[in-house]
Amino acid sequence: MAKLIHRPKMTAAEAVYVPEIAKGLAVTLSRFFKNTFSARGSEGNEIDTIEYPEERRTYPERFRGIHRLTHRADHSPRCVACLCCSTACPAQCIHIEAGEYPVGDPRRGYERFPQVFVIDELRCIFCGFCVEACPCDAIRMDSGLHMPPSTQRSHFIFDKEMLMAIPAADGSFETKNPRLEPGDSGHPGVDREHHH
Amino acid sequence: MDTVYAAAVVAKVVFVLVVVLSYSPLLVWADRRQSAMIQDRMGPNRAGIPIGGGKFITLAGLLQPMADAVKFMWKEDFIPPKADKLLHALAPIIAVIPTIAAFAVIPFGDVIWLDHLNEVLPAEPHGRGIPLQVATLNIGILYVFAVSGMGVVGAAVAGYCSDNKYSLLGGLRAAGQMVSYEVTLGLSLVGCFMLYNSLLLEDMVAWQVDRGVMGWGIWRQPLGFILFYAGSIAETKRIPFDIPEGESELAGGYFTEYSGMKFGMFMMSEYIAMVVSCTLLTCMFFGGWDVPFMQRDGLHIHMFGFHADYTMLHWVVSVIYVITFLAKTTVLLWFTLMIRWSLPRFRYDQVMKMCWRYMLPLSLANIFITGMVILFSGS
Repeated sequence: MAKLIHRPKMTAAEAVYVPEIAKGLAVTLSRFFKNTFSARGSEGNEIDTIEYPEERRTYPERFRGIHRLTHRADHSPRCVACLCCSTACPAQCIHIEAGEYPVGDPRRGYERFPQVFVIDELRCIFCGFCVEACPCDAIRMDSGLHMPPSTQRSHFIFDKEMLMAIPAADGSFETKNPRLEPGDSGHPGVDREHHH
Repeated sequence: MDTVYAAAVVAKVVFVLVVVLSYSPLLVWADRRQSAMIQDRMGPNRAGIPIGGGKFITLAGLLQPMADAVKFMWKEDFIPPKADKLLHALAPIIAVIPTIAAFAVIPFGDVIWLDHLNEVLPAEPHGRGIPLQVATLNIGILYVFAVSGMGVVGAAVAGYCSDNKYSLLGGLRAAGQMVSYEVTLGLSLVGCFMLYNSLLLEDMVAWQVDRGVMGWGIWRQPLGFILFYAGSIAETKRIPFDIPEGESELAGGYFTEYSGMKFGMFMMSEYIAMVVSCTLLTCMFFGGWDVPFMQRDGLHIHMFGFHADYTMLHWVVSVIYVITFLAKTTVLLWFTLMIRWSLPRFRYDQVMKMCWRYMLPLSLANIFITGMVILFSGS
């Protein structure tokens, strides 16, 4: 069925076109003079551009940036090499090789430590599942940094030392969550070697 | 032709070429920065020369056109396999040369009298006067029309030889549009010819200088001004008349298949054509080099019972005249860019309808009315 399209009726002033041009010019001219003859940021200047490398948008508090491994009080990683994060990772970008503490170490038997902890930041999809999965609050994405660009793939492979050298957005290497060492009161003290 | 005269001609040619060719990158810069300011953006402000310490000389983005030019030169010059190689290479040249050549008859200052340079110009100067235009042709502005009419050949040939349907359509559109608007463009100025009683641009300016600010063509020929301005924007294929390019329907129009410096030449010809039309507007509607209250021997202010005469040396007056002419042209170019960033593009049938059904009859009416006024006022 044919459909009739009703063209809008133009008034005489609109049909002549020149007054309408003047109206449009009034808008563009006012914008032009406002933005050209006022300093950036002053009243009247409407340029919102953030000039990136010099000026940066502040990321929201929960922005998922590049990962960091949180520290314990003795600056060893909080990570206990449980492989929860690498299991949860949908991109399979986390590689962990667990190490056993030496005999006599109070932590031996309770937990292990990561000998190798590598994240391929090129594979990472920044979903944050690893942070959710971690039972020890050992891996966090609160660095506030996005991955800096590089021309070499090797620059995107972050090892344990690199990940531990990245601070949180507030500059700290720890987390606010308390951690119980074996022997502390409140430590459950149950493991595969110590029976109660 | 003696040596002084020959040297003057060479100097004028060099001056005009330098000014015109430097207007082109300046306009690229103005176009981009101005649009940015209108649209609450920053525009290009990064391209610069490093001066150490992470700092750059950017001249508010003025170096961007230089960077663009360097990029154009290094880009691959792609020619479609089935394109006509000769015409493909020739088209940008055909587009750019006539626009530059049109400057030959445009006077950018009053006649310079070499014998009176260091004194106040007497009422009847003697010796040799050097007109500040490259060639003094007795057909005057008709030369500009003839030469800038060649511009359509460049666009049409570019569309024809590219072996691309979009290019061909763009070339056809360019040809149709430019030929149509050429008619209106010429007829809208006939009123001016009748008023100034001359075809020579220098005579037209002299007529306006004699009558002061209120004698400027824009007050005497307002309809002619609007028609010529609209027509000249259509001639230069700029928005709102840029349907030959029409990105949304024609990819890139007639220069779709052009890259590198060949594309750069099309762009340059567009900007230079803008400068041509604005110098013409300055000459015919804004008194050319006319400065209010200024005559060739100095300032003469007589208004509201206030009288002052201030004589000036001839060379000072000449320099002020040239600067005034360039300043007026620049303001007009700025305004043309404002229009370009204010209006949306017309549809092709609208462009043609506007030309043949509205602007052509209006320009004919303008001729008729001007004739009546001249007949009955007897001047």
